[in-house]
Amino acid sequence: MTVKTLKVLSEEVEDMGLAYAAAGGNTAVLHDHGVSSLVISGSKVLSANQTEGVELEKEETETGVNIKMTIKKGYRIPDPVHLCFGLIPEDGVQEINMDFIAEEGSAVELVAHCTFPNAVKIVHKMDAKMLIGKNASLKYTETHFHGPHGGIRVLPKAHIKIEEGGRYFSNFTLIEGRVGLLDFDYDVDAGKDSICEMVTKVYGKADDLIKVKEKISLNGENARSVIKSRLALTENAVSEFIGITEGHAPHARGHVDCMEVIQDNAKAEAIPIVRVDNPLAKVTHEAAIGCVDKKEVETLMARGLDEDAAVDVIVKGMLA
Amino acid sequence: MAVILTLKNLTLNRDGKKILVGVNLEIGDGEIHSIIGSNGAGKSSLAYTLMGLQGYEPEEGSILFNGEDIAKLSITERAKKGITLAWQEPARFEGLKVRDYLAIGAGGNGNITEEEIRSALRKVDLKPEKYIDREVGEALSGGERKRIELASILTMKPKLAILDEPDSGIDVVSLKEIVSLIQALKENGASVLVITHRKEIAEASDRASLMCEGAVLRSGDPEEISHFFINRCIPCDNRLYLQED
Ligand SMILES: Nc1ncnc2c1ncn2[C@@H]1O[C@H](COP(=O)(O)OP(=O)(O)OP(=O)(O)O)[C@@H](O)[C@H]1O
Ligand SMILES: [Mg+2]
Repeated sequence: MTVKTLKVLSEEVEDMGLAYAAAGGNTAVLHDHGVSSLVISGSKVLSANQTEGVELEKEETETGVNIKMTIKKGYRIPDPVHLCFGLIPEDGVQEINMDFIAEEGSAVELVAHCTFPNAVKIVHKMDAKMLIGKNASLKYTETHFHGPHGGIRVLPKAHIKIEEGGRYFSNFTLIEGRVGLLDFDYDVDAGKDSICEMVTKVYGKADDLIKVKEKISLNGENARSVIKSRLALTENAVSEFIGITEGHAPHARGHVDCMEVIQDNAKAEAIPIVRVDNPLAKVTHEAAIGCVDKKEVETLMARGLDEDAAVDVIVKGMLA
Repeated sequence: MAVILTLKNLTLNRDGKKILVGVNLEIGDGEIHSIIGSNGAGKSSLAYTLMGLQGYEPEEGSILFNGEDIAKLSITERAKKGITLAWQEPARFEGLKVRDYLAIGAGGNGNITEEEIRSALRKVDLKPEKYIDREVGEALSGGERKRIELASILTMKPKLAILDEPDSGIDVVSLKEIVSLIQALKENGASVLVITHRKEIAEASDRASLMCEGAVLRSGDPEEISHFFINRCIPCDNRLYLQED
């Protein structure tokens, strides 16, 4: 490698580091050899580190990176595994294919930051296949940071299979910057005695379009799940939320909870779908769409905030 | 004493109903002034009109704050001039920490020290270490929420604090703390307009006014005003009539 490309690469590492920090990430952990991490800029792997019990394979493709991550049987990874995906330029495509396996009895927390600070015309696609083995546990947090331009299409798609006694918790947050287009499509097959909790929090502005589809099939006896979504929309933002929970096994319990606040010309649609074909299963739902509480806004205005700032505080509280 | 607030012939209608019918009132700079009167007399409506809440735009009359008519200003503009309001039933804010809520009135976290926030909580008799990181949400009791509301008025260092029944929902033994809080506001340079049903609070004021059917009936010495209210007015059909001598 020539000196020049090395310099370009180190600048890119630095840029991603800054963007990662802007998205709320702690850059120090990316350099900590005791912590597993993976940094991908566009279709380049900038750094990768694996620790005991974590197996990480990656392959650069023309438009992105294929990742295979395995948490070995029985390993409980003490520190979260940090992932940083992003694109620094204004345009480009990033396709991440992720094959994740948590083997029997393992436990891990994945903390992903996706950062596109300058996005004007960017597509970020994520296709994930996740297998949570018997009695294994995955906690997955994904935080997005987009720039102010809105020229981004984020297309996360995941199929998750949770085996007997497995646990899966996900928390997807896209609050800072413009959303652009988000088409979120997660689908979970939940086995016997498994637990699944999916939380999505998105703040849409200007002409952002937010589509969230989450489906959980409670296929195993005593499987339990919660889908919780919190969406806030201002200006001309539009959202469509579909939360599906199906109870197919005895004593399966599921709940869909969607709360949205809208302002200005924003439009929100929430469709909770509950299907039950086992008489011993029970699935419930609640959905509420409304505007920001007037008294809350006026209280903050009486403390000196202008109306927009007051609404911002209230919405961020709901999304906290 | 210099006058900070003058209301002249303030009238307010809501949904075709007369709520304020020509309120005249003067509040002195640095004065604690209590407003008493029976339920439905228009006390909260007067407070909302002074703060400029939506739906409380006066039909007629003027609100002079330091000589300037503020009747057309927004809530924020009034707050920036130093006017603030503590609601009878305070709002709740899910996800907002007490520390951040108390910083808002001070102009943000950069403008207030941790110790000032803690001191405001102590003044409303809340242990700072127990409350500072809690949410101003459903998990707080009504009385705790009321106290935090009053603490948020303290950190704002207002020039005119309008307190709508700061004593409601507060246990009786804590009444004297509310009184000392009102006095603390005064010591920090505020004038306080306090709406109350409690004799103890009215009598700790410099002056008092009695409201009846959307008007201020009389103003003066607090003991005399509350004596008048208790002994000379009889509630009837939700209205007040002056008793014959
Ligand atoms: N939108 C409205 N339409 C009609 N009447 C209203 C409206 N809002 C308030 N009122 C009436 O205005 C009157 C004054 O109400 P306000 O809340 O100001 O009374 P208050 O003196 O604060 O009473 P309390 O001691 O019970 O708090 C009441 O009779 C109330 O019913
Ligand atoms: Mg009232």
